[in-house]
Amino acid sequence: MTQSSATPEAAKPAAMPFQKMILTLQSYWADQGCAILQPYDLEMGAGTFHPATTLRALGPDHWKAAYVQPCRRPTDGRYGENPNRLQHYYQFQVILKPSPANMQELYLGSLKAIGIDAALHDIRFVEDDWESPTLGAWGLGWEVWCDGMEVSQYTYFQQVGGFDCKPVSGELTYGLERLAMFVQGVDNVYDLDFNGAGISYGDVYLENEKQQSAYNFEHADTEKLFEDFRKAQDECAKLLEAKLPLPAYEQCIKSSHTFNLLDARGVISVTERQAYIGRVRDLAKGCCKAIYEKNGWEA
Amino acid sequence: MADLLIELFSEEIPARMQARASDDLKRMITTALKDAGLSFDGAYAYATPRRLALHVTGVPTTTPDVSEERRGPRADAPEKAIEGFLRGAGVAREDLVEREDKKGTFLYAVIEKRGQAAADVIAQALTDTVRNFPWAKSQRWGTGTLRWVRPLHSILCLFDGSVVDMEIDGIKAGDSTRGHRFMAPEEFSVTGFTDYKQKLLDHKIILDAGRRETLIRDTAQTLASAAGLELVEDAGLIAEVAGLVEWPVPMIGSFSADFLDVPEEVLILTMKKDQKYLVTRDPSTGRLANRFIFTANIEPSDDGSAVTGGNERVIAARLSDAQFFYEQDLKGKLEDNLPALKDIVFHKELGTVAERVERISRLAQAFAKNTETASEKEAARAAGLCKADLVSSMVYEFPEVQGVMGRYYAKAQGESDAVADAIRDHYAPLGPNDACPSAPVSVAVALAEKLDTLVGFFGIDQKPTGSKDPYALRRAALGVIRLITENKIRLSLKQVIGRADFLYMIDALQDVDLSIYDHLRGDAEASMPDQDGKIKIVDAYFEEVAEFDVSKDAGFKRYQKRSQGRNELVKGLLSFFGDRLKVQQRDKGVRHDLIDAVFAKGDDDLVRILNRVSALSAFLETEDGANLLAGYKRAANILKIEEKKDGTSYDKPVDIGRLAAIEAETLSGALAKAKEAAENALISEDFEGAMAALSSLRAPIDAFFDQVKVNDDDPEVRANQLALLSEIRTAVNTVADFGLIEG
Repeated sequence: MTQSSATPEAAKPAAMPFQKMILTLQSYWADQGCAILQPYDLEMGAGTFHPATTLRALGPDHWKAAYVQPCRRPTDGRYGENPNRLQHYYQFQVILKPSPANMQELYLGSLKAIGIDAALHDIRFVEDDWESPTLGAWGLGWEVWCDGMEVSQYTYFQQVGGFDCKPVSGELTYGLERLAMFVQGVDNVYDLDFNGAGISYGDVYLENEKQQSAYNFEHADTEKLFEDFRKAQDECAKLLEAKLPLPAYEQCIKSSHTFNLLDARGVISVTERQAYIGRVRDLAKGCCKAIYEKNGWEA
Repeated sequence: MADLLIELFSEEIPARMQARASDDLKRMITTALKDAGLSFDGAYAYATPRRLALHVTGVPTTTPDVSEERRGPRADAPEKAIEGFLRGAGVAREDLVEREDKKGTFLYAVIEKRGQAAADVIAQALTDTVRNFPWAKSQRWGTGTLRWVRPLHSILCLFDGSVVDMEIDGIKAGDSTRGHRFMAPEEFSVTGFTDYKQKLLDHKIILDAGRRETLIRDTAQTLASAAGLELVEDAGLIAEVAGLVEWPVPMIGSFSADFLDVPEEVLILTMKKDQKYLVTRDPSTGRLANRFIFTANIEPSDDGSAVTGGNERVIAARLSDAQFFYEQDLKGKLEDNLPALKDIVFHKELGTVAERVERISRLAQAFAKNTETASEKEAARAAGLCKADLVSSMVYEFPEVQGVMGRYYAKAQGESDAVADAIRDHYAPLGPNDACPSAPVSVAVALAEKLDTLVGFFGIDQKPTGSKDPYALRRAALGVIRLITENKIRLSLKQVIGRADFLYMIDALQDVDLSIYDHLRGDAEASMPDQDGKIKIVDAYFEEVAEFDVSKDAGFKRYQKRSQGRNELVKGLLSFFGDRLKVQQRDKGVRHDLIDAVFAKGDDDLVRILNRVSALSAFLETEDGANLLAGYKRAANILKIEEKKDGTSYDKPVDIGRLAAIEAETLSGALAKAKEAAENALISEDFEGAMAALSSLRAPIDAFFDQVKVNDDDPEVRANQLALLSEIRTAVNTVADFGLIEG
């Protein structure tokens, strides 16, 4: 093994606070020519749902963007008692269309920027193909491991909304909390240094996790949610008829999140589950089709 | 003679696809070489996470010259026809030669084709290979249309020391490649295979997957022994890990010993499946140790503590999740999970898992009662709890430990070993090589589970077709066969199929009327064979309640469909079992035609069937057996021909008094005796005895055919002798349908 001149402690730079990591990723990807967007103002289960990824992956136009997206996964709530699971967390999302030949190098450059030294850590690309049944989308790629921990998802989109992606978009999804836990060497998400000036992740989000878990699992009004789901579906269909795919897609996002809440409340049986997912997918496909038609693209 | 070196350099190829891909590369390129007439000494394929490589030695630099002859029109053909031929063949008139054959004199063109440069053949072969590569899953990238498993970056193609001129979608073949992604990423060029392999090594790449595996295994063993532990061998996992690294660096890590309270199946699964870690055991106790071996892809610039620390944190987080789920599950009892099974649909036409458990429980109890070795109470208890772990937190997270967790939870709540083991083992056997349960309670529940599956899906026409078997029914049928034959369980398949089917029928009625439902379900095990009787009761019941409009009731319709299709179901399933039995026995060297011959007798007791097959097989290997079969075939063939000719059947009594030949008379007596002896032997399942009875027929049959002209000129004598042949057929078929035996 290579000789190290300094002791590990001395070699370790001061770990990057959570917010600094986000700022660093934003500036890194801005330097690569990405438009830095802000989070979409709707609840969603993954950063991929953001129109800047899903809808921009369609059609021939080139596109580069990066943004933070809060994600809501109601069933993952643990009332703040589990050190690794959250019902609300952040993803950092990058989309490069067409995927550049040096995309892996660009990605590794971003890890370096947030302080992950590839000479010291074991970074691996491990097969993990991506599929979103609700978006009718799939792609091939990897989960990226850093010392055995999954820190990102890396995908070459092949289809979205049932349409072939031409050109192919490359998508990167960083699980920010996990990545920060790795960089800071912290075992409990709530212990993360948020701002480098005394505020922890727990200070910001612990109480929110407790209350939101209670809402998701105990208080969310299921009758209202079923009604919301139905309304969003109807609205989406109406907007598609009016040839307004962008607002229609927002209704699709809403119905997807409503479905996730209903799922967390345990009121959707295993058999019904597939039917609900199918209904969201039909809307998503309808939106993608409408965008194709509006732009006059050939499928 | 020259060497060919190809390397296809891409982004990370999934580990599980590498071996197959390097084989495909070798197969496709060497096939193309052979098709072009190029020989070679050897071909060697390699794969690493980022490259497929192929080395072919001893290839000629040009393809052989070939001389091709083409036959043209007759020499006296019109000038126009000859001109056309010349144009087509691309030769001049004076190059044609005349040859004479039986049909006349023809013109021949002799076309000399010069050999082609092998490099051109290779360029074409590689282009075709890349464009048509049989990846299980492939993708496009960027703006291109080319498909590869992940983006393809460069092609190295050297033949006879020079770069082969070729280009695919903008990727031009060259003589260079790259080293290790992190430790030696620079590009370098090579002159041939030896240089390639050495320079890769200098750039921290071990090309040969076998060498990477050996290195991982040896280092892991050394690390384990140094810690006083034993490495748990896992060739499959080591092969997978060798596909994840180009420069394997195994290291040892540990986790808190507190986690060892979690069942080791879960610990192993977490380490192996999620993290690709090798596990270790304490040789003094045989128990799993809290040290694991992981394989990094780099030599870290520190002493390895950063990588090790990172891996230890990951596994600690995962194990603490598992521990939480385990403790959570232990707070309740298995029974507490049962209501949740009502919400899990087994199949939309076959009801919920709760209903399935109820049926399995009744079937298992019946098996226990039937075999008299298992306690009915324990069988019912085990069956009732066998699916309860499906809704435990642990199985929700790790579906692979279904059954295994059920056993832990059963033990924890004080169930007997027989019950706990049956919960774990009721899925078994999961294939031809999986261990087959032998403990009586486990056998009863395992049999019940599989029969319920088979009868359920066959009853709704969801049979396997071709390669499609989404409900693993072939595996279930093989499981039934193994459970029955390996434990020598005597039962009638028809009866147990009928019973399982009846439970489904009754389930279909449960929404219709609950009182009759419970009553009939109880009956189902009270009188196992008499399904028809019970169906009469049900039908009579519905006739009585005339005001109930059964035609509109979905449950009743399901019942009716099953009730009307029950004979088909039994027939279909028996033949399915027959096919599976043949496949299973073929692997043991038993002839399929002998199974057919015995199966045709309508027996449905698998143990008895196999005993009869084995006696039959032994008999046919004796000289008597082989001759008897020949005599039988001869008799059957003659009968077939004559019966067809005469348009009648000779399956009628022989008039013994009118048998003219003495040999015929002797044979007739022997047949009567042999038939009776065989039948008696069969009743007492003395199959050797039955075969011995048949063997007594060999001499009289041979003598009959030697001395007697069957088709006698006297029509009455002839008819009588044909009836005698028919008796041979009948007598021999008592033991097995010899008509189905080949040879």
